[in-house]
Order: sequence, then structure tokens, then C-alpha cells
Amino acid sequence: MFDRLSDGFSSAFKKLSGKGKISEANVREAMDEVRDALLDADVNYEIVNDFCDSVVDRAVGTEVTKSLSPQQEMVGIVHKALVDLMSAPTEPGVPRVSPGPTVVMMCGLQGSGKTTTCGKLAAYLKKRGRSVMLAAADLQRPAAVDQLRTVAQQVETEMPGGAQVHFYAEPDKVAEYGKAVGAAITVCQNAYKAAKAKGVDTLILDTAGRLHVNDDLMGELRAVNRALQPHHILLVVDAMTGQDAVNSAKAFHEQLEIDGVILTKFDSDTRGGAALSVKKVTGAPIRFIGVGEKLDAIEEFHAERVAGRILGMGDVVSLVERAQQEVSEEEAERMAEKMAKGQFTMEDFLDQMRTLRKMGPMKQLLGMLPGVGQALKDVQVDEKQLDRIEGIVNSMTPTERKDVNKINPSRRKRIARGSGVKPEEVSQLVKQFGVVSKLSQQFSGMGIKGKMKAMKDLQAAGGAAGALGGMGMPALPGMGRKGSTHTASPKTRFKKRRK
Amino acid sequence: MALLKSMMGRLRKGLDRTRKAMGGGLRALLGGKRLDENLIRDLERALIQSDTGVATTRKLITGVRDAYKTQRLNTGDEVIEYLKRELKALWPEQDRALHFSADPGVPTVILVAGVNGAGKTTSIAKLAHALHEQNKSVLLAACDTYRAGAVRQLEIWAERLDMQVVKGQQGGDPAAVAFDAAEAAISRNVDVLIVDTAGRLHTQDSLMRQLTKIRDVVRRRIPQAPHEVLLVLDATTGQNATQQARQFAQAIDVTGIFLTKLDGTARGGVVIAIQQETNIPVKFIGVGETPADVEPFDPDRFVDALFADE
Ligand SMILES: Nc1nc2c(ncn2[C@@H]2O[C@H](COP(=O)(O)OP(=O)(O)OP(=O)(O)O)[C@@H](O)[C@H]2O)c(=O)[nH]1
Ligand SMILES: Nc1nc2c(ncn2[C@@H]2O[C@H](COP(=O)(O)OP(=O)(O)O)[C@@H](O)[C@H]2O)c(=O)[nH]1
Ligand SMILES: [Mg+2]
Ligand SMILES: [Mg+2]
Repeated sequence: MFDRLSDGFSSAFKKLSGKGKISEANVREAMDEVRDALLDADVNYEIVNDFCDSVVDRAVGTEVTKSLSPQQEMVGIVHKALVDLMSAPTEPGVPRVSPGPTVVMMCGLQGSGKTTTCGKLAAYLKKRGRSVMLAAADLQRPAAVDQLRTVAQQVETEMPGGAQVHFYAEPDKVAEYGKAVGAAITVCQNAYKAAKAKGVDTLILDTAGRLHVNDDLMGELRAVNRALQPHHILLVVDAMTGQDAVNSAKAFHEQLEIDGVILTKFDSDTRGGAALSVKKVTGAPIRFIGVGEKLDAIEEFHAERVAGRILGMGDVVSLVERAQQEVSEEEAERMAEKMAKGQFTMEDFLDQMRTLRKMGPMKQLLGMLPGVGQALKDVQVDEKQLDRIEGIVNSMTPTERKDVNKINPSRRKRIARGSGVKPEEVSQLVKQFGVVSKLSQQFSGMGIKGKMKAMKDLQAAGGAAGALGGMGMPALPGMGRKGSTHTASPKTRFKKRRK
Repeated sequence: MALLKSMMGRLRKGLDRTRKAMGGGLRALLGGKRLDENLIRDLERALIQSDTGVATTRKLITGVRDAYKTQRLNTGDEVIEYLKRELKALWPEQDRALHFSADPGVPTVILVAGVNGAGKTTSIAKLAHALHEQNKSVLLAACDTYRAGAVRQLEIWAERLDMQVVKGQQGGDPAAVAFDAAEAAISRNVDVLIVDTAGRLHTQDSLMRQLTKIRDVVRRRIPQAPHEVLLVLDATTGQNATQQARQFAQAIDVTGIFLTKLDGTARGGVVIAIQQETNIPVKFIGVGETPADVEPFDPDRFVDALFADE
């Protein structure tokens, strides 16, 4: 989501590189672009100004370490400032309170994602062996109670974990807009009693979306707050929110003293400056990010990672985490070695492709890589083409996979028939595989810059070369001991979108 | 068309809350003041905080500053007039009316789409209500088969507004529901069919293709459809809105924007950028959660509201 912000920084710091020393003048010049990048990323105007001033203060007079360029030094300073701004010392997750039940109250504007997030939190807690009760305190949005009931059922039946998931509602209290104000208080109190009686670990209250300027509805939340004194009041904010994020967050915080923030729809391509704004005006820690509509699409918030993405370092950490779930370190090392020696076969390629695809949609994976996000903005990853490639390789015999040169015209015909493609497509794949395995051999020896260039060349080559390129290339992301610099792009076939 | 004009007229007369709530801010900021660099900076802040975006703001501010230096603009009041002219010029003669089927025997189809939680279903209730008041018969298609409770939500609106809904299986193919709805619209001889769709991010290729398919399937039954394709945009959205507009336009040829949640403190300034970059007209604004909370978009009032006090 921070892709374009990253780009802003990269171009700003390009100007600094090679100038030898950080002076007030060159910092200010770079900060102008940083400022625009942050504003374009929807960070609030006032916060941007404060941020830029503080960075200039930190930077000027900094001794440039011999081993670093001024640009790298500045990146470090800005990165640190961003992390400082977004992080807060806090226990992760939803700390348990005893005696229970731990009470969580969700609040936020209309459509920000409260109900869905209630479900995600319930799933998160269930997985950790904590029983949950979801209480339907949105009595005005049509079918809000049904929505939460369905979500609760889904968590109960479909999500992993042992603990129980309960649902509490009083559907007879539902009324049209404006006519149910206040009824939520009783519902919450009754839900609390029910949760206590059942010995539930955590009670989650789903409240109706409301504008921070609606006094009646804000009053209702204040009353629930007084009556139940929730342990965690969580503000749910849409990551695509613009400048207004500060106004609503400030109002919710002033009236409820929120304990944490959850940013939803982080799976979009928003630059997400709201994260900075909301944290700054409330001081409350960002606890989770929502990354999809499904009930497991929730992650703990890591300021370093997000700041890293802002600076164009990519979200390599998340990528590596996912990769580690699928591949062992030895396996990855073995692959990297094979590639370096030019011994990479079709068989290995198929393996890698399958592994990568298990990790998630290709485009999402690519987006986590440094510098790739922006380049990918307008391209479509054609998962169908990947299916075809997989089909072709599947139709090859093990001998053919080990040595594609064995594929003669009659073998080619057989493979084409087996995978339902034209023989020319098979030849094309074979030819491009040749190019790619040679490239990947060279690639293994390159630094990150060279890799990025090679990726671009490959992409320009288009077709299956693109697909093979990334898939085969330098093994799975930096899982080796040497850290993340191994990471290169598992690139796939790109189709330029029609303008 | 005459019908719609009268609908607009009714809305204009009846629901003028935005003006009361938000108008006049521009004057408060600039009125009665001498123009200087500080005032220009205040203006820049106001524009940025309205989500107008860096590029557009810069363009406007450069214009003001140049005019200030050459003494063509000397007071805040002159800036007000200048900016109004500049901004309003961004919205040229534009067709902001709802498009209806030219053939009275063929139902008008309105396809509604947007990102998650933007306000699609509620906005449909608003449109349906307004059309109903004009004695048009309306049929709703519940093509959000994905989100929990989405079908029920639309059904409740239909019950309250006294109209029918075509629905399918939860988790089923939304295009199939759309097809059935088109068929039903013809056989029941309704005037307008409004199609609700599941919220989707513009970055989700497969869901965007699904949207195109929904549109194409309706076309198989009603070749001229959809007569109107409305993109619902949340006014609190920041610069990402431009990207949304572009991607949705590409998938389903958006013909108009429904800008929601303008009853909050967000100004929705991104529509200025959207207007410049995509030329998609904003047709309606949402100013609350009930079916009556809708107004036709009026650039003049919108421009005034942009500069309202915080
Ligand atoms: N204040 C205000 N709230 C609105 C407006 N339009 C919609 N809402 C609220 O925003 C929330 C989401 O609206 P929906 O109509 O369900 O949005 P949607 O786009 O259909 O949502 P999904 O189907 O979940 O993607 C609801 O609580 C609505 O009442 C508006 O103009 N002003
Ligand atoms: N893509 C995406 N959609 C989300 C996320 N969180 C919520 N949503 C969607 O946003 C819409 C509104 O969510 P809902 O929970 O009903 O919001 P509420 O009105 O605040 O309770 C629904 O369509 C959800 O599926 C997220 O992290 N990513
Ligand atoms: Mg809800
Ligand atoms: Mg909906």
C-alpha cells in the first residue's frame, strides 16, 4: 500500500546521493519531495509539516558514516522517524484481563469494517484457545445483526482452533435509523451478563457505524463505555481514508479514549498515510491490519515493516514469513545453488512454481518485494497462463523435464496434446526456459540493482520468459542466512493493461 | 428526462442540508482579508485538507500566487471569485442527469459498484426511493452474494420501500442473479432495475472481471443496458479514489459517480482530481443514512463546501 510513497522517497533521495555530506540545503530539497509524497499518501497536512521539520532537525549535522552514502543515511533517519511515529510500546494482540471476560468494543465510521473485523478477531482468539462471544450492538444498519450472526457461525464452523464462539443478539430491539439510539446500551449489558455466566474469555461488541459529529450516536457509545468499561476500545479505520482521518480519530479518541486502532483494507493499493495520521492524533497503538475480506485476513501491525515499505525496502519480512511456512531453509539453499551452477531443470521450476502459488496470489507476493510494487501497479498477473505452463510441464516425462533438449517434434506433439495447447506453445516455453536458466545463473551473482534491471529486461522479453524468469530465479526469497538481499522477484507473465 | 428534472427539482427544494451545514466556509477563510503569503498558505492547507491532492492544489495555488504577484488579485474576496471561477470551470456543461432507456418498453438498468463499504446498498435505497416517488416501478437485484447479510440488507430496504427483489443463493454466481433479474424486469414490465453488487477492491483483477461479466450478462437480455453505471465513492477516501475511478471505469464504463458520506466532515476534494483525470460526472451525493438523504450534485455548492471551516 505504501508503494507510491516509497517512490516519492526514492526520487527525493536520488538527489542526495553522491553529494557526500548531509547539509541543511540538500536535506530541505529532498524533504520537499518527501513532503509531497507524504501528502499524496494522505498523511494529514499538519502532521506532514511536523514530520518533515523533525527529520530535518535530526538529519542536519549528522556525521555521514564512511560506509554509507548520504542517501542511505537519510533513509535511515526517515525510516527511524516513521517507525517512531507509528510504533508504541504495547503487548501485541488482545491482552487478556482477569477476572474475565475481557471486553472489547469496536467503534468507527460507517463501512470501515467493524463487523468483519469482529469476526477476524474472534477467529484470531479462537486459534489461540480463547472462547469468544460476539454481541450485535448495531441495531440500525439493516441486517447488521444477520451479518454478525453469519460471521459468528463461520468462525465457529470454519475457522481453526478449539475454543467456542458464541453469539448474542436481541433482534427485537432493531429499529430504523435514528430510532434505536440508546438501545445498544442494554444489549451490551445483557451480553456482558451472558458472557460472564458462560465463562467466556472475551466479549466483542460490534457497534453501529457513526459519524464522529453525530452527538446522539456518540453519546450512545459514551454510555456503553460508562456502563461496561471495556478493556479495549478499538477504533476501526479504513486504510484508504484521506485527510479527514485526523478529524474522526480525534473525535472518537476525545470521547472514548480509544486503546487501539485497526486499519482495514490494507490489501488495497492505497498509500495509507492514514496510519501515520491516526496514530499521531490518538497516540493509541495500531494493533492489527486487515488484509482481505476473509476471516483469517488479519495480521499484527509491525511499524518497522510498514516504515520499510514506505522507504521502498519492500515488505520482505512478511514474504519470508510466508515462504518459511512452505519451504525449508535447506531446500531454498539447494535451489539457489543449483541455479548458480546452471543446473536448474524444468522439474525444479515446476516445484518452485507450485510452492510459490501456495503462498498466495502472485500479484500480492510480488507487491511485497522492494521496488516491484510500483512497476506492478498496472499489470495483470495472469494466473491462467500459469495454469497452462504448469499443464505443459506436467505433460512432460521426467527425462524431458531434466533435459529439455530431448524434446523433439514428436515428443512436442505429445506434450501439446497432453496439456491441451498448441505445439508452438511448447516450443516457446522450452526456448524461453533456456534463456531464463542462463539468465538466472548470471542473476545469482548480481547485486540488487542488477537484479532489478534483469527483471525489467525479462519483463520486456514478455511471454513465458517473464513467467519463467521470476519463478525460476534466485530461489525463494531470502531465506538463507545471508538475509533478505537474496530476494528477487518471482515474476510471472504480465499483461499490460489496456489504457 | 422531464421526469428526472422534476425529481431533481424536488430534491433541490427539499434537501438543502449540505448548503446549510457546509456553505460559507470559503468566505470565512478569505472574506474581508488582504491577500498575502500567509493567506495563500492557509488556502493551500484548506485545499490539501479537502483531499484535493498535491498536483491540483499546486496548480491552483500557482495561479493565485502569480495573480497576486502581478497584482491582479489583491484581496481574499477576489481570490474567492477567482477560485470559484477556476474550479467551476473544471465542471463544464456536463450531463449529470440519470440516463433512462429510450424505449419505454425496455426497462432502464442501473448498475451500481464500488469498493467495500463505500455505501452502494444504501445509495441504491436512496435512488430507488426517489424513483418510486416519481411513480416509477423499481426492481432490485441482490447480486452481492458474497458478504454476510448483504442480501438481507437489500431485502429490508425493499420491504421498507415497497418494491421487489430478485435474489439467488448465498455464495452463488452474481452474474446468474443479474441475468434472472433482467429477465424478471422484462417479464414484470418494470421501469427501472437497480443492480447491487458486492464491494470489491479495484486491485482485485478477478473480481473486476466478475463485474464486467455481470454487466455483459445483463446485456444479453437487454442489449442497451446498463443505461447508467454508477460508481459509489466514499467522500472520506483520500487520493486512492482516483485509482478506484480509473479501474472501475475500465471494467464497466462508469457513467456517473455517487459520492457518499458528505454529511461528515470529509470534503471529498478528490472528485476534483477525478473530474480532471477521468471526466466522469458526479451525479449524486449522499448526506445521511436514510433513503431521503440524497441530493443531486451541484458543482457550485460543492466548491463552496470544500472550503468550509473545520
Ligand atoms: N453518514 C452516512 N452514512 C452512509 C451514507 N451512505 C451509506 N452510509 C453508511 O455506510 C455503511 C455502509 O453502507 P452500505 O450501503 O452497506 O455499503 P456497501 O458499499 O453496500 O457495503 P458492502 O456491500 O459491504 O461493500 C452503512 O452503515 C450505511 O448506513 C451517507 O451518505 N452518509
Ligand atoms: N478488502 C477488504 N475488505 C474488507 C476488509 N475489512 C472489511 N472489508 C469489507 O468492507 C465492507 C464493510 O465491512 P463491514 O464489516 O460491514 O463494516 P462496518 O459497517 O464497519 O461494520 C464489507 O464488504 C467487508 O467485506 C479488509 O481488510 N479488506
Ligand atoms: Mg457493521
Ligand atoms: Mg452492499
